[in-house]
Amino acid sequence: MSELWYELEPFLQQGTLGLVNGAFYAILSLGLAVIFGMLNVVNFAHGAQFMLGAFVAWMLLNWAGIGYWGALVLAPLLVGLLGVVIERTMIARLYKLDHLYGLLLTFGLALIIEGTMRNAFGSSGLPYQVPEAFRIPPVDLGYMLMPAYRFWIVVVSLVVCLGTWYAIEKTKLGSYLRAAVERPQLVQAFGINVPLMMTATYGAGVALAAFAGVLAAPVYSVNPAMGANFIIIVFAVVVIGGMGSILGSIVTGYILGVIEGFTRVFYPEASATVVFVIMAIVLLVRPTGLFGRA
Amino acid sequence: MSITRRTLLTSTAAGALPLVTPLRHARAQAANTIRIGVLNDQSGLYRDLTGPGSTQAVRLAIQESGITTRGVNVEVAEADHQNKPDVGSTVVRQWLDRDGFDVVVDVPTSSVALAVNTLVRERNKVFLCSGAATSDLTGSACSPNTIHWTYDTWMLARGTGGAMVAAGGRTWFFITADYAFGHALERDVSNFVRAAGGEVLGGVRTPFPGTTDFSSFLVQAQRSRAQVIGLANAGGDTINSIKQAAEFGITRRGQRLAGLLVFISDVHALGLQTAQGLVLTATFYWDLNDRTREFTRRLGRMPNDVRPSMIHAGCYSAVLHYLKTVEAMGVQAAKASGAAVVERMKAMPTDDICFGQGTIRQDGRKIHPAYLFEVKSPQESRGPWDYYKLLQTIPADQAFRPLNEGGCPLVRT
Repeated sequence: MSELWYELEPFLQQGTLGLVNGAFYAILSLGLAVIFGMLNVVNFAHGAQFMLGAFVAWMLLNWAGIGYWGALVLAPLLVGLLGVVIERTMIARLYKLDHLYGLLLTFGLALIIEGTMRNAFGSSGLPYQVPEAFRIPPVDLGYMLMPAYRFWIVVVSLVVCLGTWYAIEKTKLGSYLRAAVERPQLVQAFGINVPLMMTATYGAGVALAAFAGVLAAPVYSVNPAMGANFIIIVFAVVVIGGMGSILGSIVTGYILGVIEGFTRVFYPEASATVVFVIMAIVLLVRPTGLFGRA
Repeated sequence: MSITRRTLLTSTAAGALPLVTPLRHARAQAANTIRIGVLNDQSGLYRDLTGPGSTQAVRLAIQESGITTRGVNVEVAEADHQNKPDVGSTVVRQWLDRDGFDVVVDVPTSSVALAVNTLVRERNKVFLCSGAATSDLTGSACSPNTIHWTYDTWMLARGTGGAMVAAGGRTWFFITADYAFGHALERDVSNFVRAAGGEVLGGVRTPFPGTTDFSSFLVQAQRSRAQVIGLANAGGDTINSIKQAAEFGITRRGQRLAGLLVFISDVHALGLQTAQGLVLTATFYWDLNDRTREFTRRLGRMPNDVRPSMIHAGCYSAVLHYLKTVEAMGVQAAKASGAAVVERMKAMPTDDICFGQGTIRQDGRKIHPAYLFEVKSPQESRGPWDYYKLLQTIPADQAFRPLNEGGCPLVRT
């Protein structure tokens, strides 16, 4: 029994840690899916907006003395507001054109944002400590010791993901949104301000990215490239889950985090590639993604 | 859905085009002009410790050499290799084949440096390597056209690895960046550990670049029960490993962390609270003595207000010595044969404010002392960038791999 346990232990450990990474994949791919599903825009600036969330948290702490909890609320609001400005002044002009234009615009924005931050703060990054409330001894799970803050990441990401899913799929506001995607003119005719809803949706998607950024600040190095490292994987997650599928992106995010964790046990060198191998297989077998509709 | 996944992925790849700063007056007065190309990471995880700071150091060296006041033109260009050997090779080919460059400087990221090493040798130009670490540059891959200036993996192994073993760290587990540098560093440290009677219990190879989460690897290291966890990585990877090791309380449970290559910008990014107590090896520290402080002052304000790293100091020192040699030989002779310049550089002793007096060995290894530092606690630090205290000076003749052990074909035995 104890030998079997010894063999199983690494998988439990890596699965648990994978869930933490999966939490980030889920929030980020959720934001992408919301924006793509509602606006039909492939938001390539998502990684940069995630990074901005972490940097704003650092700025709030060092320039305004506002700690982690304040940042968790304020940073998404501020970065979301920036998203609103971007949507109003730039993206809104591209809705009538091919998707490629939106993609190129946001990709360019991502490069500009990252370059600006790199010039201002360098590439090494900035220190951000784990919040006071979580500086307690790690939790003993029997098979590993898990820092309390990592639990918080998993719990809060689940709440946020399910809340967003509920808001879009089950509430009246969500139904307006979905209707506006299908028949914008008709919904407008019913007296609903569709452009405003689009703006709010983009802002909310960006705020989700920034929220993930604040969550990440205490565990990952806060540097201008932190989003770029994530975003490519997150795009793969969205493609695997089915572009635009809300639930698909959440579930796929967590599952891929765990699979990546397992890969780190038996072949660590491939842990950065495994997601793309899965993407290739899924595209061959189910071109619309696991949860996508043809 | 009219957007295809293919367009999505090709747009991602478009980010990988090399960025080359164009020369201002190409081909003007070519015969009397020395062209220096600074190739390094301008946008990624090694930017702060190499990047634009290296170019700034090269410009200072040109200015202080005074060569331009004696009728020789010196032109400097910089390029971003994005830590990719193919991107770096493309730039260097263009520099050497089309633009008439004479010397390539810096080149961090060992995989890129090894590629550049071959290209420069084939074209008989000069490669002054400051940024890369692999000791193979003066071992199996040594070249009559290359000088490895600042530091190498053997020196790091001797310094930090040696100190850890001496402090009782007998069993090791490695977290290694999966490319030429990480492999070389792991190999050199392992040799030290085994020679001292220690044991390497295992290791993991982490994908480079692009690994953000090191917790999985740290937990594997914890499970190995090794006394020392050796971090055979650099820059952003080291920062993330140390930050997450602190989060998981690795050192509180008796395991020691060996940051095998730690730069001052890494310590700055971690903050002293997290980095305190780390032991590291370097050949230059801005606050080491009056001469290094003088260098830092002369260099002026660096990008993002960082202090110069040993790589920046190495770029300065290497170019200064190169230009002295060019003057001694004459520009025509220097441009005709890179190997002849390097041969002459080896024959002349070096002296500068960063590394003091030194020599260049037959295998291309620049020899100077190395220093073992410990990162100060926040209470010990008296001001901004006051981060290190000196534990030990490793004399020049012991700091680098003995000449006969490297396996360099240039060394006549």
